[in-house]
Amino acid sequence: MKNFFSKTLTVLCAVGAAALFCAAPIMAAQTLKIGAIIAETGPASFLGQPEAKTLRMLTDEINAKGGVAGKFKVELLLKDSAGQKSKAVSFARQLIEEDHVFAILGPTRSGSTLAIKNICEKNKTILISCASTKKIVDPVASYVFKTPQNDSLAVRMIYREMKSKGISKIAVVVGGTGFGKMGRMFLNKLAPEYGIKVIMNESYSPRATDLSSLVTKLMAHPEIQAVVNWSIVPAQTILAKNMRQRKWNVPLYQSHGFGNIKYVQIGGPATEGIIFPAGRLLVADSLDANNPQQAVLLKYKKDYEAKYKEPVSTFGGHAYDAFNILCKAVNQAGTLNEEKVRSTIEHMTFIGTGGVFHFSPTDHSGLKLDAFDMLTVKNGHFALYK
Amino acid sequence: MSTELFFQYFSAGITYGFLYAIVAIGFNIIYNATGIINFAQGEFVMLGGMTAISLYPFMPLPLAIVAAVIITTIIGALVEIIFIRWLDNPSVLRMIIITIGLSILIREAALFVWGESVRSLPYFNGNSISSINIMGANVSPQVLWVIGVCAVMVTILSLFFQLSTLGREMRACAANRLAATLCGINTRNRITLSFMLSAAIGAAAGCVMSPITYSQYDMGPGLAIKGFTVAILGGLGNSMAAVAAGLLLGLVESFSVMVLPQSYQEIIATSILLLVLFIRPHGLFGNKDTAALKEF
Repeated sequence: MKNFFSKTLTVLCAVGAAALFCAAPIMAAQTLKIGAIIAETGPASFLGQPEAKTLRMLTDEINAKGGVAGKFKVELLLKDSAGQKSKAVSFARQLIEEDHVFAILGPTRSGSTLAIKNICEKNKTILISCASTKKIVDPVASYVFKTPQNDSLAVRMIYREMKSKGISKIAVVVGGTGFGKMGRMFLNKLAPEYGIKVIMNESYSPRATDLSSLVTKLMAHPEIQAVVNWSIVPAQTILAKNMRQRKWNVPLYQSHGFGNIKYVQIGGPATEGIIFPAGRLLVADSLDANNPQQAVLLKYKKDYEAKYKEPVSTFGGHAYDAFNILCKAVNQAGTLNEEKVRSTIEHMTFIGTGGVFHFSPTDHSGLKLDAFDMLTVKNGHFALYK
Repeated sequence: MSTELFFQYFSAGITYGFLYAIVAIGFNIIYNATGIINFAQGEFVMLGGMTAISLYPFMPLPLAIVAAVIITTIIGALVEIIFIRWLDNPSVLRMIIITIGLSILIREAALFVWGESVRSLPYFNGNSISSINIMGANVSPQVLWVIGVCAVMVTILSLFFQLSTLGREMRACAANRLAATLCGINTRNRITLSFMLSAAIGAAAGCVMSPITYSQYDMGPGLAIKGFTVAILGGLGNSMAAVAAGLLLGLVESFSVMVLPQSYQEIIATSILLLVLFIRPHGLFGNKDTAALKEF
């Protein structure tokens, strides 16, 4: 009798174990595990927060519809890098090696993305970054993509605008972050093409509390016709304030890192008249009806603002694009095979918030100069600059 | 360099200087009563600013600031009563570590309450672009507020610690707590009072500087380092000296921008702090012999 029991038990265990083993791969095949490394806190939180909110919103939305392609439920593993490179690197390893995610979205910042670019490439994990610098996709790494417009394109937009106004002598001021450094490089590199001379190159601490002495240093060069302030940290509005307080009224150009209305809110009237290149999300309401992006922009804006009761920012849009590019590719490939999904992205056209993406094996950013419009601040709101 | 540029740099330096001095004064009050440095001073500044910003939509600005100062004062008292009062004759090192722990605690609590975002109070006069022309330099009116508030606080505090009985009793607590107790001074209450005073001053500072520097939950440590540097540079415990030292640091930082990138400003303050600690730990205006008698 005892023998019978133990035999039955053994068989049952074996069956149970086998069932578990068989079930495991089936279960795994049903979930699309997406890792996300977002700077939800820290100095880049004006970028990271809307990104994280957007990703959570989209995950809920798509799971409510039964998942990607109707069968893959999305599991979002969102990690807060606090904007730190070292944290981004350890989260990337954790997501790849322990959580075995299918793809990683983010990081928010350029420096963090460059730090994990090779890790993702080596492990054949798809990375769709929400950071801007061109270096992320140049040189091309086969598994690494990005959604924000290249910083070099933003520089070209600014320089084109300056050229049309006859501005030829400028000062470049950057926030001391990865984004700032890359911006400074492209600003200096591309200036001669547009007949522009960079008279001064300055940088400020991301934690700066007042920049009037820096403004004074720039004002000592009366030949400066415009200032480019290339930064993603809140201190970028301090420069605007201190310039206007000193009654220095040269045109102030900022980067696409200014595209969150919160910067305007804390900077107040000093931000009036700032000119910057950005995707069309911020002016979605005033676009022509025949603009191909209009439907996408209005839907995202409506969903986000209804859910979170705050205005959309371009940064949330970058996360929106990254998430949807991945989902669209999985949908088209119909399988969770990294290589297939990767090559699907490479041949995809996608209408997103940042512009109309045309990916190719040599272009993992997919956006051209037409993704940008020049915007300005008018009465405390973003408006098209004409 | 033209005189106009000189005055622009000069006025920027004065602004920085008073911002640092106003934080340093808070350090000095607690030092005067306990002989320790309260490393949560920067958090009091943050709490004042953030509370005022939260209250501002519901009441006029002056009222919001007063309420924020009162609330922060109460928090200062609670902090002392809960974490420090019951300690029996604590060592200086232990007290310092407690205040560092407190600063982390308050910061995390603030993150929980207010989140990440950067906020600011509106400018008291005019807005972010208004400025007043003083000797060719354009200065934001808010800077005058900072200078005014700082001047009033320093004057009142100096008089308080030198002339009033209560102030003298507080200094006695720091000099020799046992002797003070034997003289009939309730040392515990005096120390609670010192925390309340320094919290109040920190909060007021947090409100006047908010339009210039913005406020966010983690602004404390940065301010504390600058304030600490200034307090040490001037000589601990002396509020007048703190203003002088603050101006010195502010001017050095401002003029350094002429030759160094602005991003190196932090390095200058830290280098000065280290230099002073090595060469003249009793500060520029402190007395070496008096300092030698103190534990810290």
